[in-house]
Amino acid sequence: MAKIDVSVETDDQPSPPPSHPNTCPTCHSHYRDDELERSLWVCEQCGHHFPMRARARIASLADPGSFTEEATELHSEDPLDFFDLRPYTERLAEAEMKTGLADAMVIGRAALEQRQCELAVMDFAFMGGSMGSVVGEKFSRACDSAAEAGMPVVAVTSSGGARMQEGILALMQLPKTVAAVEDLHDAGQALLCVMAHPTTGGVLASFATLGDVLLAEPNALMSFAGPRVVQEITREKLPDDFGRAEQNLRYGHIDAIVSRPELRPTLARLLRLFDAPQ
Amino acid sequence: MPPSEHELRLRERLGRLRNLPLLGGARLSGELERLQRQIERIGEESTDEEIWRKVELARHDDRPYTLDYVERMLDDWFELHGDRALGDDGAMIAGLGKLDGRTIVLVGQQKGRDIHERAGRRFGMPNPEGYRKAMHAMELADRHRLPVVTLVDTPGAYPGVVAEQHGQGAAIAQSQATMARLTVPIVACVIGEGGSGGAIAIALADRVLMQENAIYSVISPEGCAAILWRDAGQAKKAAAAFRPDAVHCLELGVIDEIVSEPVGGAHIDPDMAARQLGQALRESLAELDGIPGDDLRRRRRARFRSLGVFA
Repeated sequence: MAKIDVSVETDDQPSPPPSHPNTCPTCHSHYRDDELERSLWVCEQCGHHFPMRARARIASLADPGSFTEEATELHSEDPLDFFDLRPYTERLAEAEMKTGLADAMVIGRAALEQRQCELAVMDFAFMGGSMGSVVGEKFSRACDSAAEAGMPVVAVTSSGGARMQEGILALMQLPKTVAAVEDLHDAGQALLCVMAHPTTGGVLASFATLGDVLLAEPNALMSFAGPRVVQEITREKLPDDFGRAEQNLRYGHIDAIVSRPELRPTLARLLRLFDAPQ
Repeated sequence: MPPSEHELRLRERLGRLRNLPLLGGARLSGELERLQRQIERIGEESTDEEIWRKVELARHDDRPYTLDYVERMLDDWFELHGDRALGDDGAMIAGLGKLDGRTIVLVGQQKGRDIHERAGRRFGMPNPEGYRKAMHAMELADRHRLPVVTLVDTPGAYPGVVAEQHGQGAAIAQSQATMARLTVPIVACVIGEGGSGGAIAIALADRVLMQENAIYSVISPEGCAAILWRDAGQAKKAAAAFRPDAVHCLELGVIDEIVSEPVGGAHIDPDMAARQLGQALRESLAELDGIPGDDLRRRRRARFRSLGVFA
């Protein structure tokens, strides 16, 4: 019997971690913090996209001063009293300290080149961007807030999948966010999704791929099962660009690959096309 | 331990039903009994050993699979094949049949019995073509106002190179979205392994049932152990930590009802297991009868949108 794990990995780092977070894993150029911040965490030598934190992402997309955060009061609970090598509550506390965030998603109202929208932005630094009850609830509320105000949702995803420590309730965030998207669509509003590295497992298999327009960052991993799992289970030789944005574009799963500096103007154009009210 | 919110909801529903004049007659009193039974189940918390026993039973080689139930529960079964685009996935079954004289659409994962069938059906792990076949069948049901029954039995969606190239993640998302849109009744039952995204893809239903020795989880015990304990051998420990058993799922409100199995497990007496499953499906479908399609859909979405625990 094949023992399989199609779900989720919540390691705190995407694929092999670089020697230093400011060193480009592709061309080994090294940057100071302020240099990376200025370049939107894109390597100026080779174009590698470093992970981008949720707050920085929001600052790079929203018109200055336009962002109003919502649902800041939501915090994860520990419904299973989950304990692996360490208690879940300890992992949560540590993630909160490390990131300054309450959980792996930030939502709120923003203007993007004067177009109003609801932003839902994930942060991989918080427990691998894993989706538990709080992420599901925040995304769900973002959809309601947008539907009510009559504006689109712009979601930026970066996640290893469902949060194992919340067990079956984490899995239930898939149908929960799917139902939220359906309600948003019934209210006549659009969902624009930007998939950043990595968008895998339960997030890919729920709201991330249900956007009206699907964008991805260059080289972002977007696979349901991670490369390691596929390799272990199937013993297949993986193509070099397995699950990457470029492969997904080639196979027709996304609309465009957009580099980070182009993201804001691209989203603004889409918001104009979907005619967001002023 | 204080009663869970779901238990309180069940108790409230039970209280309300008890106070109703028995207009519905037998059907209503049947529901009373069933609710009472479910509440009692919540009281019976499983030990770690019992949980592992259920993991083993859920994966038992002789456990009845989807087609074993189909042949025992349905008349005039006609299997539908193919996703109308790329292929026909043996890991996913879809078809039309009569349950108690009423035509339904049945969808479910299918594992194999012998080595060849197992390989052919990929151990019940569907490819995107399987989920697209399921969607095609469910849309057919919606067009013809036929109720949908799904039987969930998969270790998970197939983690393969081609599966990814064909859009595994999106197929799972779209299958759920399709179910969130249907205006006909949907009843899902986890009959073996309810493995992660591959399972929920066909389980966004109005009523979610689970056989008493089935498991339903976000990740396999082995996968969880490999990641969190860095040792797949710790699967027992992992299962005890996230508790994939039916009682726990009922307690959390993830499922609505536990379906009894013959003593010792469904494989001991598949005919009996099929009768019990058929009865539970009929009762659930009867409860959903007469609810207007828009209401069904609204309540179905609200049911799933209410799931989660946070402060």
